[in-house]
Amino acid sequence: MIVAKRKPFAEIKAMLKGYKKVLNVGCGTCVSVCLAGGEREVAILNTEIEMTRKLDGEPIEIQGHTIERQCDREYLAELDSLIEEGKFDALMSMACGVGIQFLAERYPLIPTFPAVDTTGLAVNQAVGWYEERCRSCSQCVLGMTGGICPVTMCAKGLYNGPCGGTNKGNCEISSEQPCAWFKIYERLKGQNRLDSIKMINVARGWNDQTPRNLVQPGYKRPENMNR
Amino acid sequence: MSTEKTLRSGSNLEKILKSGQFAFTGELGPPRGSDVDEVREKAKFLKGNVDSVNITDNQTAMVRMSSWAASLIAIQEGLEPNYQMVCRDRNRLAMQADILGGSALGIRNMLCLSGDHQKFGDHPDAKGVFDIDSIQLIAMVRQMRDEGKFLSGGDLHGAPKMFIGAASNPFADPFEWRVHRLAKKIAAGADFIQTQCIYNMEKFREFIRLANEEGLTENVYILAGVTPMKSVGMAKYMKNKVPGMDVPDDIIKRLQGVEKNQVSQEGINIACEQIEEFKTMKGVHGVHLMAIEWEHKVPEIAAQAKVLPRPQPE
Ligand code: SF4
Ligand code: SF4
Repeated sequence: MIVAKRKPFAEIKAMLKGYKKVLNVGCGTCVSVCLAGGEREVAILNTEIEMTRKLDGEPIEIQGHTIERQCDREYLAELDSLIEEGKFDALMSMACGVGIQFLAERYPLIPTFPAVDTTGLAVNQAVGWYEERCRSCSQCVLGMTGGICPVTMCAKGLYNGPCGGTNKGNCEISSEQPCAWFKIYERLKGQNRLDSIKMINVARGWNDQTPRNLVQPGYKRPENMNR
Repeated sequence: MSTEKTLRSGSNLEKILKSGQFAFTGELGPPRGSDVDEVREKAKFLKGNVDSVNITDNQTAMVRMSSWAASLIAIQEGLEPNYQMVCRDRNRLAMQADILGGSALGIRNMLCLSGDHQKFGDHPDAKGVFDIDSIQLIAMVRQMRDEGKFLSGGDLHGAPKMFIGAASNPFADPFEWRVHRLAKKIAAGADFIQTQCIYNMEKFREFIRLANEEGLTENVYILAGVTPMKSVGMAKYMKNKVPGMDVPDDIIKRLQGVEKNQVSQEGINIACEQIEEFKTMKGVHGVHLMAIEWEHKVPEIAAQAKVLPRPQPE
């Protein structure tokens, strides 16, 4: 899932400075599961903001609303009437970066602010602990690397590891960070597939250097669509 | 390759290795500033005592004078540089441009490295480039030199003449992988290898034995890495703090066993004993001396190691 972390309160407070009526929009999918931007987090943040602003003598009216998915127009539409009637002077979003942008795009006349820092595509290792596993590089090499991602998990994103810094199975950057390539080596050895990494992996072409669009086979982009 | 005598770059180092003589290379870290005299001062101690000198590239991820600029100063000082290039700081465009520029201005050896992670240096939150990795860099230089083509496949005019070096750390784990990795670097196009500093001789002998067995040492020149210990503190630091470094307790005990003012001499003694063994070790073709911030000791170490005078190929 996509994981995110709430921004430091001081940063959020600074962004909202001067705004008096704000709607904070949560997202019920990924960020909700990773405890960053669901209904509960929206309520907690709003209470915090309200209290601080009151203490500062600059009261704010802040409402919360959490929709199923902010990256989906169908669910965003739910906000239209609320926003029209509410006359908010700013919006805040606790969705991932994708959701925040979609919200901002739908209401281009209202300033929209992020309340979270989106951190990546991660697995849930234990309650509250999420480990990044994919940088969505567009050319998945997991077949060659025994199902362990070198782009994400190797600190240097090497394609021909493990490098000379591998330290007792950990990466040279920290004794807390397992070396991805050490794990790749061990996994492939266990599968009797070391040949897979004995060959040279040639320099790859990065095709994530321009904004990517994905149109699934059998579909096409609608013509004249406003974006 | 050891049997193949055609010169690829015509560097001094290549000529010495190809003539079957035992090579002896040194290292020079560029200054953290633009002071040319600092380079000249260090160069003075290396001149005549080594066949080629590695010019480090933002070593330990600390910003320093660029390695190609310091390489050119080394040339002015009568030294032959081994221009180090790491993958951390440049993408493939900048790398190829610097390889061409370096070759145009007389650089004939280069060492291709991944580079220490930027986290260790003075700009820990810099964006690491790692557009290509060290093995891909070796292959890229080889392609530019032997095929006259850029990485993209496009033709280049005037192929860069480089004797291609790579690093090897026989002490990083998994141990069995280290020989495979060496094989990959040779397959990619490495002409010579400089190893990590060796302290665990037993492990190194085993590494070379395996490399000999696989026939790798017939296809590449291996220079064994040697760094004399200056103090007990340095030995302990290397053992505990430097990733991928293997310092056996015996070394520390031996340094502790001598009078305080004799410790650095004992460090040099250990290094010279190692060099003596490397001279006759099958599969080892030379020594790479990394006397870190100890350049002024190089003449003395070279003399004690009996590697002087250095051969002067045509
Ligand atoms: S190689 Fe890694 S970053 Fe690329 S798609 Fe696969 S898991 Fe994601
Ligand atoms: S130690 Fe392992 S994870 Fe770290 S940079 Fe080297 S290969 Fe990558």
